[in-house]
Amino acid sequence: MNRYPLWKNVTVVIALMLGLLYTLPNFFGEVPAVQVSSVKATIKIEPRLLSRIEDVLKSAAVAHNGLYADQNSIRVRLADTDTQLKAKDAIEKALNPDPTDASYSVALNLLSASPKWLSDMHALPMYLGLDLRGGVHFLLQVDMKGAITKRLDSTAADLRSLMRDKNVRHAGINREGQNIAIKFREAELREKAKAVLADNQPDLLLVEAQDGADLKLVATLKPEAHKRIQEFAIKQNITTLHNRINELGVAEPVIQQQGADRIVVQLPGVQDTAKAKDILGRTATLEVRMVDDEASDNPATMELAAKGQPPLGTDYYVERGGRGLLVKKQVVLTGERLTDAQPGFDNQTHEPAVHLTLDSAGARIFKDVTRESVGKRMAILLIEKGKGEVVTAPVIRTEIGGGRVQISGRMSTVEANDVALLLRAGSLAAPMDIIEERTIGPSLGADNIAKGFNSTKWGFIAIAVFMSAYYLLFGLVSVLALSANLLFLVALLSLLQATLTLPGIAAIALTLGMAIDANVLINERVREELRSGSSPQASITAGYERAWATILDSNVTTLIAGVALLIFGSGPVRGFAVVHCLGILTSIFSSVVVSRGLINLIYGRRRKLDKLSIGQLWKPGAESAAAGAAE
Amino acid sequence: MEFFRIRKDIPFMRHALVFNVISLITFLAAVFFLATKGLHFSIEFTGGTLLEVSYTQAPDLERIRKALEADGFADPQVQNFGSSRDVLIRVPLTKNTESAKVGERVIESLQKVPGGTQSAGAGDTATSAANTPTLKRVEFVGPQVGKELAEDGALALLLVIIGIVVYLAFRFEWRFAVSAIIANLHDVIIILGVFALFQWEFSLPVLAAVLAVLGYSVNESVIVFDRVRETFKKKRGLTTPQVLDHAITSTISRTIITHGCTQAMATSMLVFGGAALHYFAMALTIGILFGIYSSVLVASPLVMWMGVSREQFVKAKKDKAEGVTEDGACV
Repeated sequence: MNRYPLWKNVTVVIALMLGLLYTLPNFFGEVPAVQVSSVKATIKIEPRLLSRIEDVLKSAAVAHNGLYADQNSIRVRLADTDTQLKAKDAIEKALNPDPTDASYSVALNLLSASPKWLSDMHALPMYLGLDLRGGVHFLLQVDMKGAITKRLDSTAADLRSLMRDKNVRHAGINREGQNIAIKFREAELREKAKAVLADNQPDLLLVEAQDGADLKLVATLKPEAHKRIQEFAIKQNITTLHNRINELGVAEPVIQQQGADRIVVQLPGVQDTAKAKDILGRTATLEVRMVDDEASDNPATMELAAKGQPPLGTDYYVERGGRGLLVKKQVVLTGERLTDAQPGFDNQTHEPAVHLTLDSAGARIFKDVTRESVGKRMAILLIEKGKGEVVTAPVIRTEIGGGRVQISGRMSTVEANDVALLLRAGSLAAPMDIIEERTIGPSLGADNIAKGFNSTKWGFIAIAVFMSAYYLLFGLVSVLALSANLLFLVALLSLLQATLTLPGIAAIALTLGMAIDANVLINERVREELRSGSSPQASITAGYERAWATILDSNVTTLIAGVALLIFGSGPVRGFAVVHCLGILTSIFSSVVVSRGLINLIYGRRRKLDKLSIGQLWKPGAESAAAGAAE
Repeated sequence: MEFFRIRKDIPFMRHALVFNVISLITFLAAVFFLATKGLHFSIEFTGGTLLEVSYTQAPDLERIRKALEADGFADPQVQNFGSSRDVLIRVPLTKNTESAKVGERVIESLQKVPGGTQSAGAGDTATSAANTPTLKRVEFVGPQVGKELAEDGALALLLVIIGIVVYLAFRFEWRFAVSAIIANLHDVIIILGVFALFQWEFSLPVLAAVLAVLGYSVNESVIVFDRVRETFKKKRGLTTPQVLDHAITSTISRTIITHGCTQAMATSMLVFGGAALHYFAMALTIGILFGIYSSVLVASPLVMWMGVSREQFVKAKKDKAEGVTEDGACV
C-alpha cells in the first residue's frame, strides 16, 4: 500500500494552493495608472491628499478604479490610457497651480491589474529587472576618502576655534593626510590641550610626537568615528539622491546601498540618461542672507514686490507660512560652511529646533554678522533648480559664536526633522563617481521577456512530450510535478519580490531542465525494481526511497554552486543565482513529495495492482513484449 | 519504450586509458587556446562602453567604424547583433576622457553619419535621413568594477570547488571527491578553451552558466559513485573495474535521458533566446555534452587509478555499529 498520511496530503494541497495564489497576480497584466509623489522634502504624502485627489477626479468627471497610498506616493488606477492622460492633466492642474514651482510630481505609471484582495495579501506580480522593463541603472562609488578629508578639514577648523576659546596657545594646526597635527612650543601647553581635546572631541585619538624642536600632538579619527562618518556619508548621499530623483517623477526608483561604499540607482522607464545624470550630479545649496526688515514692513513695497518688482538689491520670497519677505541679495553664508544639521529641542523652551554646525570659517562669519545685527531677521534659503525657498527667517536675539546655530520657533517636531533633512540633503556628503551605467530601451525589455518566455515554453514542451511518451503515466506525473515546480518557483519569486532578470528567466529554464533529473532517477529506479521482480506497490516504495538519497546528493552539489554564485555574484549573476537556488529547493519538494503524492493517489489504494504504466520494460534474456507486467 | 537494452555490463574500464588520453589531449588543446588566444572578455570584465543601436535599414558597419575613429574613439568594435539592422558598438576604456560621458559622445558621432547606409551619391542624404539610429541599450563599466568581477568570479569558482570536495569527501570518500572535481574542472577548462578558440564573448551570464554546469556535472559523478558504493556493498567477488562498469551501465539510461532533457532546455534557449542568451546557452551546451563524457568516463577511471576498493566501504560500515545489516537497518 502506498498511502500518504493525511497531513502530508494536506501539506501538498496547501502548498499547491498557496503557489497558485501567489502566481496568480502575474496573469493579470498591468493597467495604466497615475502616480503622485512629493517633490519637496517638506511636503509629505498625507491621507488628506488622497481625498483631495479623489475630489479632483470627481469634479473632472474622470472615473478611476481605485486609489492606493503608500509611504511615498499615491497611485490612481485607471481603465485605459485616454483616461490616464485626462486624470494626469486634472491632478497636475489641481496640485500644481504654478507649473514653474511644482510641489508634486505627477507621472504616468503602470500598476498590476490584479484584484485588490490579492494585493492586500501581498500577492504581487514578479518584480521585473531593468533588462526586462527598460530603464537606467547607475552604480555610484562614494569617495570615502573625500568624506573623511572633508570631515578632518572641518575638525581642524573646529580645533582652532576650540583652542582660542580655551586660551591654549599653539603653533599651528594642520591636516596632514589623514591626521591633524597640532604644534606646541611648550610641553605644558600640550598637556593642557590634550585635556581640552579629550573633553571636547571624543572622536579623536591623540598621540604625542616630536618634530625637530616642535612638540606635536597628532590627532587621528578613531576607527568607530571613521565608520560612523562613512555610514553617515552613504546615508546622506542616498537621502540626497532620493530627493533629487523624486523630481524626475520616476515611478519606482530603486536607491540602495551596495557594499560599504556604493549606491545603486535604478530608474525604470527613464530613457534620457543625460537628464538623469544631470539631476543626480546636481547640488542644491543653502544660503544665509539678511532680511530687509524695513522694506518687508512696508505694505506698498511688498505689494509691488509680489507683482515681481522688488526694490533694488533685494529678492522677494514667500515664507513657508505664506507671508512675503524681502531678502537682501548679498549672501552671508553658503551651505559649504555647514557641516551638519540635526533635529532636536531648544534647551530652554523645549521647543523643537534644528541644530546647525558650521565650520570654523563659517562660525567666525556668523559670529560677526549676528553681533552686528541683533534684533534683525536672518533668512535661511535653500536654492534648488536655481530657485530659492525660505526655509526659515528667525530674529537674531544675541551674538552667536562657536559655529553652533539653532533654528527654532513655530516648528513642529516633524518640521524640525524635515528642515534638518532638507539642509543636510542640500549637498552630498562625499563626492560620487558613476562607475557603471546601463540603459535598456523599453522595446528591448519586452523583447527579452518574449525571448526568455519562449525558450522556457518550448524547452518545457519538449521535455513534457518526451517524458510522457517514454514513461507514460509516470512520465505524465513527472511533468505535473515539473509544472508544480514552476508554479512554486514563480510563486516564491513573486512572494519574495526578488528581481527577475533575463539571466533569471534563463535560470528558470535551466532549473526546470535539471529538476527533471530527480523524476528520471525515480522512474528508472522503479523500472529497475520491477525488472528485478518486485511487486508494483513495492517497486514504487523502493524506487522512491532508493532514489531519494541520490537526489539529495546531486541537489546539494548543484546548490553549492548556486550559493557560491549568490555570495560572489553581482548584477546579472545574482539574478541568475537567486532563481537557481530557489529552483533547486522547490524542485526537491515537487519532484519527490508532489509526484509521490500523485502516484499514491493513482495507485496507492489499489490492492490488486499487477501493472504500472511506466513504459515498456525490457529484461535481458526475456525478449517477450509482455514484460511490462511484473510477476 | 525502452531505449537502453543492455544485456551485459559494458566494459568501459577496459578502455579507461583511451578515455584519459582523449581528455588529456582535449584539455591540453583547451589550455593551449586559452594561453595563445585568451578569452574575449565582455566589457563587464574589461570596463568600457557598449551601445546597442537599431537602424531601420541595414547600416554600413565600416562607415560607422570610420566615423567613430574620426571622432577620436580608439579601436572601436562595431558588429551586428542578432539582425543586420541591430548594431553593437564597443568602445574600450580610455584614461583621459571622462568615461561616463562616452555613451553620449558615441551617439553624437553616430547621428553625424546618419544611417551609414551603403547607397551613395545624391540620394544619400534623403535615404539616410530616415535611417537614424535608435538607442536600445547603453552599458558603461568603470575599471574598478571589472577587476572586482574577475576576482569575485575566481573566488566563486574556488568556493564551488572547495564546497564540492568537502561534501563529497564527507558523503563518500576523498578519492571520489578528488576525481569528481578533477573530471569536472577539466570540463570548465574545455568550455573556456572553446570560448577562447572561437573568440566568443565571455560575459557574466557565461560565467554563471559555467559554474552552474560545474555543479550539475558533479551530480553525474555523484550518481555513478552512489551506484559504485551500493554495488561494492551488495555484490561480492567483483573486481573494482567490474564494479565501475556495472555502476556506469546501470545508470547510463538515466544519464542520457537527464542530459537530453537539460539539453532540450539549452537548445530551446539557443533557438528562441536570441542574441542575449546565445553564449549562455552555448556554454551550457558544451558543458552538458562534455559533462556526460567527463563525469562518467573520466571520473571513474580516475577513481580506479587512485585505488578505490571494496574494503573502504564495507569496513567503514562495520566500524560504526555492530548488528547493522546490509541494508543499513538496525535491529
